[in-house]
Amino acid sequence: MSGKIRLINENGLRVDGRRPNELRPIKMEVGVLSNADGSAYIEQGKNKILAAVYGPREVHPRHLALPDRSLLRCRYHMAPFSVEERKSPAPSRREIELSKVIKEALEPAIFLEKFPRTSIDIFIEVLQADGGTRCAGTTVAALALADAGIPMRDLVVACAAGKVDGVLVLDLNDIEDKEGEADVPVAYMPNLGLISLLQMDGSLTIEEFNQSLNLAMEGCKQIYKFQKEALRSRYVTIKEEVEECLR
Amino acid sequence: MSSIMVSRIRQKQIAQMVASGKRLDGRGLKDYRPIKVETGIIEKAEGSSRALLGKTEVVVGVKVEIGDPFLDRPDEGVFTVNSEFVPLASPEFEAGPPSEESIELARVVDRGIRESKAIDLEKLCLIPGKKVYVIFIDIYVLNHDGNLIDASSLASLAALLNTKIPVYVVEDNEVKKTNDYIPLPIKNLPVSITLANISDKLIVDPWLEEEEAMSARLTITFDKDNKISAIQKGGPGALTPQQIMEAAHMAREKAEELRKMLVKT
Amino acid sequence: MFFFENRQVVTPGDLLAEGDYIAGNNTYKEGSRIYASRLGLVEYGEKVVQVVALNTFYIPSVGDQVIGKIEDVNINGWVVNINSPYQATLRASEALNKPFRQQKDDLTRFLDVGDLIFAKIISFDRTIDPVLTIKEPGLGKITQGQIVKVSPAKIPRIIGRKASMINMLKNETECKITVGQNGIILISGPSPEHERLAIMAIEKIAQEAHTSGLTDRITEMIRKEKGAKK
Repeated sequence: MSGKIRLINENGLRVDGRRPNELRPIKMEVGVLSNADGSAYIEQGKNKILAAVYGPREVHPRHLALPDRSLLRCRYHMAPFSVEERKSPAPSRREIELSKVIKEALEPAIFLEKFPRTSIDIFIEVLQADGGTRCAGTTVAALALADAGIPMRDLVVACAAGKVDGVLVLDLNDIEDKEGEADVPVAYMPNLGLISLLQMDGSLTIEEFNQSLNLAMEGCKQIYKFQKEALRSRYVTIKEEVEECLR
Repeated sequence: MSSIMVSRIRQKQIAQMVASGKRLDGRGLKDYRPIKVETGIIEKAEGSSRALLGKTEVVVGVKVEIGDPFLDRPDEGVFTVNSEFVPLASPEFEAGPPSEESIELARVVDRGIRESKAIDLEKLCLIPGKKVYVIFIDIYVLNHDGNLIDASSLASLAALLNTKIPVYVVEDNEVKKTNDYIPLPIKNLPVSITLANISDKLIVDPWLEEEEAMSARLTITFDKDNKISAIQKGGPGALTPQQIMEAAHMAREKAEELRKMLVKT
Repeated sequence: MFFFENRQVVTPGDLLAEGDYIAGNNTYKEGSRIYASRLGLVEYGEKVVQVVALNTFYIPSVGDQVIGKIEDVNINGWVVNINSPYQATLRASEALNKPFRQQKDDLTRFLDVGDLIFAKIISFDRTIDPVLTIKEPGLGKITQGQIVKVSPAKIPRIIGRKASMINMLKNETECKITVGQNGIILISGPSPEHERLAIMAIEKIAQEAHTSGLTDRITEMIRKEKGAKK
């Protein structure tokens, strides 16, 4: 993990020219798949990720149904062509773990208790990966849930912070994640002030961790604005078109 | 949901107790259950241990083989962590492919060892790019009574400290096993501490019923220099940033205690 | 205190109001704060703060009339898909006008897999799947017409205030329009052209449900289309 590659140059800029506390360019779109009950697409840097939500619907197999709430299921999956070397399409241990932590990141936001004996299924497909896919995947899945009309306490938005070349940075890309000193992915519900996904690997003092956590939350707040805008714009566009016609 | 159903009234009792700063089993919020660690319990394994955390029981076996290094780390040995939730450990465990929980457990333990650089992998290279030591850490959960992560990471570290690796000599670009054994080179001592959020209060080392009643758990792994090596939030709920920092400070204190205890045994 | 303007688009988690208000549809309350739980348009009433959702799914409610499709026939009734997370059942006794004899009556002669019915929900709670009846006037097997599916969130708009929209649609398109609360609408008109026009109008209402002046615009559209035909 140590300094073979310089990740911060003499001007304090990162490998892709960003300042330490700068996000990658983000693009989001809601309602991109017609078959799903809700769907969304995100591009964050070179990450390209689709999410679809089906449900609430009948649980299959039926014995998994819960008597007092909806069963939330999540599958995070990477396309074989999403990374440099072809990835086997069979779910890896990493993907299984990420499916779990993403599900647990979204779970506190959803009013699952309103729909007993049903399931809500979230599918996240990473079409291209460039670091931070669990975070971007969480962000886009929350959009798909809202698009499906599933009642939520808040949107969930995720972003990582970390340490590269001794500097705390926001929204790590692939090389920063692999070569840096630490990575702290965080999922946040900004209106509730609650953190629902938190992981870390690397080496940080408690103080550095505290700063990374705050930096990640700041990043989340910025992405939250894009998220809300993506949801609104779908409807505002129709409204504006209509009003345009009326003029 | 990995454990037996706890009645609603029991969950409420647990929550009320915790809210008033106490626990049903008489522990304080920051108390671990009695910890017992034994090593060298499996002679056929190069290293082994058994850890008891109250009634939670975990056995770890370490096997050592020779194999290929990773392409991007030709000069380093390799290790993997695997865990098995064997069906005899809980009515909730089933035979078959590993569950999400079991995969998460192994990956959290792996991260603590890897990120703290506990195993000196550079000393485990025999022929660069060709032959290195491969260390298999297998976690066997024998009785599930909550907080499997801490029991497993403690048992894993104890087993690694107990591991002796066979000495190989390199002749004509081939490795040959000798009859000598040396201790596995260990550089760091990662200790994971798991806290649970119940009634918006943090407790350490949740047992099974507390895991049923908790909204979220947080595992923080500290290395010997009090630096954080790994974190994992689990469970369906969420935490405030203040709770997370409070947890980090609590965990640092407990990690030191546990490390001291482990080194003594 | 209100934090948005009336009929502004809000997203889940948005703080809508603080104070002595009642949390209406698609909102939730924490202390004295009311938050949105769905994407939609916020509506501030005198007492109630609610969100008119832009997309929902159908959750059965006793008394609702719905259009459903027979999915399966079993020994004493039918399983009905009502475009909801919950499958409905229709017992033979709620469909036949004579006592049901399990040994002799072949239920598929009355309703078979794939048949559509217009039915009413007579019971539903969190433990029991919805139960239907078709033994009331106006209910029963659907034998003609075309089906159009919209988000159940759009149904109130399609009906309109005091049924203004639906009456306009019926008059202008000369079609019989049966609205299921579950988002399924049956259209039956004098000709396929009439039906097509009604479907077009309904789809446009669903698409533009959250805009104002909709009834007039739809009327205009239908008249223009009709004019083009002549």
